[in-house]
Amino acid sequence: MSLSATTAPPSPAPPPHPTAPRRRRGSLLNRLDLKYSPYLYIAPFFLIFGIFGLYPMLRTAWMSLHDWDMIGDHSFIGIDNYTRLFGDEYFWNALVNTFGIFLLSTIPQLLLALFLANLLNRTFLRAKTFFRMSIFIPNVVSVAAVAIVFGMLYQRDFGLFNWLLSFFGVDAIDWNGERWSSWTALATMVNWRWTGYNTLILLAGMQAIPKDLYEAAAIDGASQWRQFWQITLPMLKPTFIFVVILSTIGGMQLFTEPLLFANGNILGGDQRQFQTLAMYMYEMGIVNLNTAGYGAAVAWAIFMIIVLVSLINFVLVRRTAK
Amino acid sequence: MTSASQRLWRTSPLTYLALVLAALLSIYPFYYMVVIGTRSLEAINDVPPPFTPGSAFSDNFGRVLDNDAANFLTGLMNSVIVSSVVTVSVVLTGSLAGFAFAKLRFRGRNALLLMIVVTMMIPTQMGLIPLWGMMQSLGWYDSLAAVTVPFLVSAFGVFMMRQYASQAISDELIEAGRVDGASTFRIYWNIVLPALRPAAAVLGLLTFMEQWNSFLWPYAILTPENPTLQVSLSFLSYAYYTDYSQVFAATAIGTLPLVIVFIVFGRQIIGGIMEGAVKS
Repeated sequence: MSLSATTAPPSPAPPPHPTAPRRRRGSLLNRLDLKYSPYLYIAPFFLIFGIFGLYPMLRTAWMSLHDWDMIGDHSFIGIDNYTRLFGDEYFWNALVNTFGIFLLSTIPQLLLALFLANLLNRTFLRAKTFFRMSIFIPNVVSVAAVAIVFGMLYQRDFGLFNWLLSFFGVDAIDWNGERWSSWTALATMVNWRWTGYNTLILLAGMQAIPKDLYEAAAIDGASQWRQFWQITLPMLKPTFIFVVILSTIGGMQLFTEPLLFANGNILGGDQRQFQTLAMYMYEMGIVNLNTAGYGAAVAWAIFMIIVLVSLINFVLVRRTAK
Repeated sequence: MTSASQRLWRTSPLTYLALVLAALLSIYPFYYMVVIGTRSLEAINDVPPPFTPGSAFSDNFGRVLDNDAANFLTGLMNSVIVSSVVTVSVVLTGSLAGFAFAKLRFRGRNALLLMIVVTMMIPTQMGLIPLWGMMQSLGWYDSLAAVTVPFLVSAFGVFMMRQYASQAISDELIEAGRVDGASTFRIYWNIVLPALRPAAAVLGLLTFMEQWNSFLWPYAILTPENPTLQVSLSFLSYAYYTDYSQVFAATAIGTLPLVIVFIVFGRQIIGGIMEGAVKS
């Protein structure tokens, strides 16, 4: 992640004062060093971030209020781009696709991660490091490589998945031809790459739970299963919220997998059957340079959706996992 | 039974079965990459699909190198350059700012730190379109500067270093340096930076991996003439999607560096990710 914040470096303010214990070096150079060094040290971050992170983000907001041609003119049109979004069937299509893939990937992935983390949390487990490393290794592979490999596993005529399915009498599926099948294929890629990562985060959360809680429960005769429900899950709530929000941010921005699965077609299949919001933003803002203003509105819409979904998740998880 | 094997089976065999299965599923696609990348193109259409590596790798990779649609070698070089420069810069600027936030006092410190934390929550795609326009005006389209400069600093890096510095470095140590007459920068260079080494290593590894694998922005701003590795792979897969052995040979080579890094430093990487999770 690398974007945004507010305001440029602060104007040099008077030093906080005789904070550090007094020492005898009173030269001008030393005073200047004490006073301004901190600002000098944080300046590189705020400078580069301000120019390449914060400014573009604010400019996205500004552009979204215009009919903006990246290589031509622009004119102010207020919130027209946003009202247009509501009636844009391609936008809704992308929204539905993004959510479909998001649900198909996040829910099984988090359940599986919870299950694996619970297994890895066993006290007497052998080869802990080996298991941790091997389930995490998919996250090391680039998204592009994942999409290329799975693209072939899902190939219609000689892909491994169709070959396996043929034993169950299933006819060869054209995975990227249909909506549900392409969603499934894309969700598999996301699940494969992220389950191990989420497992480790949940495992870290589990290990932070005080051991004496379990010991007390064991003395009271609570089974392992019961301990999981009554101790692990409730105590894991903050970690779970963190994981859900991270998945939301990632899921709403899904781009590379569907793009490569469509062989570079930004429409996401000839019927747009798996075009995601991020792909639609790219289509409107970068492929079609003359609709950059509208693309910027899509970008803000994605941001709003992320905030909204995160909030809903936050409230839900807080409520249910009591 | 030895006591070791008794301890082993205090964890149910089913647990091991599930974990071994998960490990196999995680590793299989890598293996598959190697299988297809080392097979001749004809073997791929076999039923059942091939399950063992072949001996056609050099032939396959030779086709990658001769292929001027993707400029694979340029991409590989570019990725090495960009990832290394960004990694060094993120670690240096992150430790410098993290040190300032953790150990120096200045007005506005808390507000600025809060800003950095908020920044970490904002999705990267938000500024994509205007940034693309900026690069055009700067004349950086299709140049390495476009994929390097915006990423030279990282909010996550500053935050991580700040967290580590505040617990790993005692105020007395800094004071001792001051009493000896060291300037603030000297204290950073001689005392703080060495003490931050473990965290800096993890940050460096994570940054390198992130940059090596980065796709959307390089894809938007670079062309197949001057790609990064991932961009090159994508164009290779578009143009030669029927020549899987070529594409897979390239993908395997492009993935190899990170797999090696992970095998050597996996423990630290995993430790860093898990520690970060508990703290946030």
